[in-house]
Amino acid sequence: MESSGYPVERTVKPYLIGLALAVTLTAIPFALVATGALTKGTTLGVIVAAALLQIVVHLRFFLHIGLRTPRENLIALAFACVLIFIMVGGTLWIMFDLYHRMMV
Amino acid sequence: MTASASTMSPPPTAEQYEEKEFGFWLYLMSDAAIFALLFATYMMMVGNTAGGLPGKELFSLERAAGETALLLLSSTAFGFAAVALSAGERSRTVIWLLVTFALGAGFICLEVGEFWGMIQEGAPPERSGFLSAFFTLVGTHGLHVSIGLLWIAVMIGQVLFKGLTAPVASRLMRLGLFWHFLDIIWVIIFSVVYLPGLL
Repeated sequence: MESSGYPVERTVKPYLIGLALAVTLTAIPFALVATGALTKGTTLGVIVAAALLQIVVHLRFFLHIGLRTPRENLIALAFACVLIFIMVGGTLWIMFDLYHRMMV
Repeated sequence: MTASASTMSPPPTAEQYEEKEFGFWLYLMSDAAIFALLFATYMMMVGNTAGGLPGKELFSLERAAGETALLLLSSTAFGFAAVALSAGERSRTVIWLLVTFALGAGFICLEVGEFWGMIQEGAPPERSGFLSAFFTLVGTHGLHVSIGLLWIAVMIGQVLFKGLTAPVASRLMRLGLFWHFLDIIWVIIFSVVYLPGLL
């Protein structure tokens, strides 16, 4: 059968690397919560770190974000990150501040 | 999209497919903003149980792990479908799309069972602010996955009946973006909702 006409080459390798890394980065926080091996604060820190790393793994190995990604896609991604940071950060900041002022 | 493909106009160029992919990417970024605000809402509401059951009593680590495994494997299976697509192997593409669909459907079954169990336990969405935020956030993700399943089913049909033509391949690439994106959202869901809830 002739090629699909769509100019994208895909190999199995990045998906297997991505799967292995994702499984590792999922197993660590799940195991910590299941066993309660570390203190609550440390476990939360590990959960956040593993999640951030896993997002990067997914972007790199499943969504193939890299140096060959068109620039406008990266700009859109960066813009979304800034937007999310402002909206989520602002929401949490304002609401928790309000909460403390109402409760104290 | 289908209308322009079926009329007499010349077939789209690679550049036009890139434009379509960029447009879909912009949609995904706006979808990410929606999920981000649902996450912010959930983080605000997580303590507001109104005397009802908290997440610690309602969530199951095993079920969350099962859902995570199904969705991750489904995402990987789609990757293998993309590999088969780029090799131009029609039947292998269909087989991996079927695997993707089956794993995604398994995820939805677990999630529906979880929601149903919570409602039976006296923890429906209207019980507390925490539960409203939980059902909205996780339900919105589940709705996306369900729509993704429908899309996968449609694409299996297109690959079977139209073959791996350029428009079909282009749609499959966008479906792939959507499917992998939903797995990223799930990573944040288990890291924000289930694991801290069960800690």
